[in-house]
Amino acid sequence: MERPILELTGATVYFGADAALDGVDFRLFPGEVHSLMGENGAGKSTLIKAITGALQLTSGELRIDGEVMHFGSPHDAQEAGVRAVYQEIDLLPNISVAENISLGTEPRRFGLIDWKEMRERAHAVLADLGLDIDPASILGRHSLAVQQLVAIARAISTEARVLVLDEPTSSLDLDECAELFRVIRDLKERGVAIIFVSHFLDQVYEICDRVTVLRDGKLVGEYLTREFLRIDLVQAMLGRSAESLRARPRLHLADERSTEPFLSARAVSVGSGINDADVDMIEGEVLGVAGLLGSGRTELARALTGIDKLDGGIIRIQGTDESLGNPRSAISLGVVYSSENRRTEGILSELSVQENITLALQAERGVFRRIRPARQRELAMSWVDALDIRPPDLDRPAGTLSGGNQQKVLLARLLALSPRVLVLDEPTRGIDVGAKVEVQNLVGELADNGLSVMFISAELEEVLRVGNRVLIVQDGRILDTVPSEDLTADSLTALVARPEAV
Amino acid sequence: MTRLMKHRLFWPVFSLLALIVINTIARPQFIKITMRDGEFYGALIDILRNCAPLMLVALGMTLVIATRGIDLSVGAVMAVSGAVTLTIIDGSSSPGSTSTVLVAILAGIGVSLVLGLWNGFLVAVLDIQPIIATLVLMLAGRGVALLITDGFITTVNSEPLNFVATGYLFALPFALFIWLAAAAAIAIVERRTALGVLTEAVGINPEASRLAGVRSRGIILGAYVASGTLAGIAGIIYSSNIRAADANAAGDLIELYAILAVVLGGTSLMGGKFTIAGTVIGVLIIQTLDSTILFLGVSSAQSPVFFAIVVVIVVLIQSPRVHQWGRALTGGFRTRPGTEVRNDAEVTA
Amino acid sequence: MSTTTVTAPRARLASYSRTFLDRHSSMMPTFAALLIFIALLIGAEMHFGNFLTPLNMSALLLNYAYLLILAVGMTFVIITGGIDLSVGSVMAFTGISCAKLLGEGYSAAVVIPAILLGGAAIGLLIGVLVQYFDVQPFIASLAGLFLARGLAFVVSLSSIRVENESVLWLQTTRWRFGEWYITPTGILALSVAAIGAFVLAFTRFGRTVYAVGGNEQSARLMGLNVARTKVLVYVISGVCGGLAGLVLTAYSGAGYPRNGIGTELDVIAAVVIGGTLLTGGTGYVLGSVIGVLVFATINTIIAYEGAEQAWTRIIIGLMLLMFIVVQRVIVVRSERRR
Repeated sequence: MERPILELTGATVYFGADAALDGVDFRLFPGEVHSLMGENGAGKSTLIKAITGALQLTSGELRIDGEVMHFGSPHDAQEAGVRAVYQEIDLLPNISVAENISLGTEPRRFGLIDWKEMRERAHAVLADLGLDIDPASILGRHSLAVQQLVAIARAISTEARVLVLDEPTSSLDLDECAELFRVIRDLKERGVAIIFVSHFLDQVYEICDRVTVLRDGKLVGEYLTREFLRIDLVQAMLGRSAESLRARPRLHLADERSTEPFLSARAVSVGSGINDADVDMIEGEVLGVAGLLGSGRTELARALTGIDKLDGGIIRIQGTDESLGNPRSAISLGVVYSSENRRTEGILSELSVQENITLALQAERGVFRRIRPARQRELAMSWVDALDIRPPDLDRPAGTLSGGNQQKVLLARLLALSPRVLVLDEPTRGIDVGAKVEVQNLVGELADNGLSVMFISAELEEVLRVGNRVLIVQDGRILDTVPSEDLTADSLTALVARPEAV
Repeated sequence: MTRLMKHRLFWPVFSLLALIVINTIARPQFIKITMRDGEFYGALIDILRNCAPLMLVALGMTLVIATRGIDLSVGAVMAVSGAVTLTIIDGSSSPGSTSTVLVAILAGIGVSLVLGLWNGFLVAVLDIQPIIATLVLMLAGRGVALLITDGFITTVNSEPLNFVATGYLFALPFALFIWLAAAAAIAIVERRTALGVLTEAVGINPEASRLAGVRSRGIILGAYVASGTLAGIAGIIYSSNIRAADANAAGDLIELYAILAVVLGGTSLMGGKFTIAGTVIGVLIIQTLDSTILFLGVSSAQSPVFFAIVVVIVVLIQSPRVHQWGRALTGGFRTRPGTEVRNDAEVTA
Repeated sequence: MSTTTVTAPRARLASYSRTFLDRHSSMMPTFAALLIFIALLIGAEMHFGNFLTPLNMSALLLNYAYLLILAVGMTFVIITGGIDLSVGSVMAFTGISCAKLLGEGYSAAVVIPAILLGGAAIGLLIGVLVQYFDVQPFIASLAGLFLARGLAFVVSLSSIRVENESVLWLQTTRWRFGEWYITPTGILALSVAAIGAFVLAFTRFGRTVYAVGGNEQSARLMGLNVARTKVLVYVISGVCGGLAGLVLTAYSGAGYPRNGIGTELDVIAAVVIGGTLLTGGTGYVLGSVIGVLVFATINTIIAYEGAEQAWTRIIIGLMLLMFIVVQRVIVVRSERRR
């Protein structure tokens, strides 16, 4: 076999006393697409950071083309031909597309920036990606998907030998994904080595030649994708039997279909996000929502829970019209929302776990009716126990918990309100598989206890597994509502991906 | 919990004590408190009395900073409230009567409250960055004060007004009781109701707080109203002390000293966690330092150099980089694993 | 057929305006400031009848050369998302140092580089605190403000007259073009603005300034030299403070340690009026020039009117308010559009 373009041996990174990466070997060959898999905290991002120079190895060796390298900064890595595109778009919304593509390696004449050349170069790269936008336009005026593609354009605009794509597809729709994969295959032809990180197993199997699995900062193994069964991959990532993944928690439909829906929305519209949506949420039922990013699924959730003001339509709760002008009034009616953006719209990282859990309840009671400290502790502890939040330390700043546990803290905050309607927007995004299953099971239990739950997820299988009925959203409209028994993963994918609304 | 509190206030308290000790060594009379005519006198008493305006402003500033804001207009509000109060007293037929002074003071405080409301409106309702929003009043406020006083320094001789800054109650300066009452009231309201934790929540993440049903707007608005009102009272004490309304000099640079006091006390300018006790100590540090500089015979015009040095030292002590250096230095002698890992855990996630 | 021929140009116009907006939406506040400036001039001319004279217009630049220089430095700082409160004090410190050193017989060729270095040193201190010790710009530059103001009084407690001819030459020379005139200080200010605008638009450092203001983390990941840039903008602002000190000393023929109290606010106001966002990421030196002109015109109008000088601050405050509310509305709109 030929020589790897990039090779890590015994890579170790310590944060304080904890090893985030412990003696990992990793190799990457020219012209291959290599997936890096693992749960959250397995060390994927640490490994990527070490490769891209964002972080230095505590010990171990990094070789590029057989030569030992020490990257002191991302700049060094870029010099060596290692480029990266991160999940959260790391571009600059305030400057032009062309600059975003070539800043750092911008064309210069007599030491001055050559704007014309820069725009032409950008135009060429964008055309390569099949993107026809004005290179001189300000990046922030484009959609997130376009911005993501611009980020990729930036990465491939120079002679990249190693391209790291960290969750590049999370904000792309199916067409854009297909376009991206076409570009990846093209780059592969040209001999670029690509590291591809994604939570979507489908994509990993579609595009990757090889997969390296990490767990708890250690290497589990390196496999050829085509010889590696999915179930084995999941097992390698989890390090325990993946039984729980296969189990479908519950599927029986609420029997009393005749009962009045607890919450019913009619002709709800918010801006161009969601139009004319009718939704019925029944007690004891999980309503799954399937739709692509930008389909209006989040807008729907926010509209139903008073986060955004309605531009049209009505929401009835137990038969009476209610105006949910803000989250507060929704909460007082028992309608609560958990945002897809855990970090920016959910957790208060510097407040303790206890304060985070009791926050909404306290806010509902009002400033002057403080929950007694003893009662707060008791309450918070009961939720920490019930949801198995780890570590079970009430005074720990919530920001230091893992993603899955932060999500549980948020759920606890909402559940402490004793809600009747729970709207969960991507509650399982970015958390490890084990925690995912726990959240899914919890949702089922809550519905069994009479709550009405809306469960939104980008993973259609998950929506199918958890939901009793599935609401399909597309282009800001509700396409259909289908009992989940009548659906399979494939048929649902077909529905969601249906090119045009009828 | 108490240990944590102790930890947070350790450096501020230590600095204050150190200053007092240094002063006492340099001039033993510093610590001496004498009783004359049933009233206490001494350098320490002076500090407790003279810090009143800064204290009130800094207390308000703490609340605003906790909501992740800043109030640059406090000096201008002081000027306006002093101008309003003294213009009313000056224009009345009986400037010496207690009721006139009371009405004038209430009017001054009322106007400041409205100015605070205005700031709060810009920040909480129109969602304008606090630094910019309060810059408007910082610029325009002094102009308004100058218009009220017709561009002159309005001097007033009124016994009840003089009492505010220079009077004595129970053998101690009256001004001391004003700021003690304000500090106690704020501490009690913040800690005995849920206002404290909700304010912190808003300061850490306004949007997440809104989604959790916290009335972010109301809390932010309230903080600016409190800041404006407290600045108004500070302006009246200031005017009472110089027996005049000086629209240019009143509260000059006080916003900067107040912010410094808040930071000295251990409240981060990034908002969130805050401490009233810390701010009180921060103000006392500044006032003691001021008295020290004066004692050293440095011209008061040159004293900013010292404050600059203090600011630099304080921010360096708080800086993560210096902490790292400190750890690297002491790390060789004693290792205490588990204390500093907390922040790093986030990085791995 | 006929409908397409009618709509085509209109559609093209719409697409042009859309392209323009996509490219230059951040310039809109600057255009607004320009309109206000023109409106002010026309209004003043209609009101007074003798306002728009070459003499008046030339004096505008002469009287506010120091402000223009400070505004250029401030623009760099604000675009990175920082703020520099120290500029007024640095101007006072360098101004009084200039007068003092000249008084002690040093030649201008020694003194001018020395005070520029002095300004740069304070800027460097602020920049290092901000970049390497994670101090917020507001606090770091506050330390700079205190330090420079105190040092100004350490240099001298009272004003010092300047007799040095080469420094006074900067102010007294008038190159005339008809009734228009310009002084070396004016040329200095305009050159500073031109260099500033050029650096921001055409050098990697300049673009890095915008990048840092857009998102520091991203800029770092792009391999840009964020640390150097952030320190350098404060140094530039410090050097501008030193130049302003020189210009103001030449202008008033003396150094005075109380100069420039509150000037930082005037500078910030002028920069913001010129369309630079205090949140960082967008702004133009040209906008700041217009902002300074607006500020100067308002001041002149009020002096003309013989009104209370207090009105200047109130009007500037209100204008600032108007600008930030409008900017806010624009931001909210563009967020909605998404």
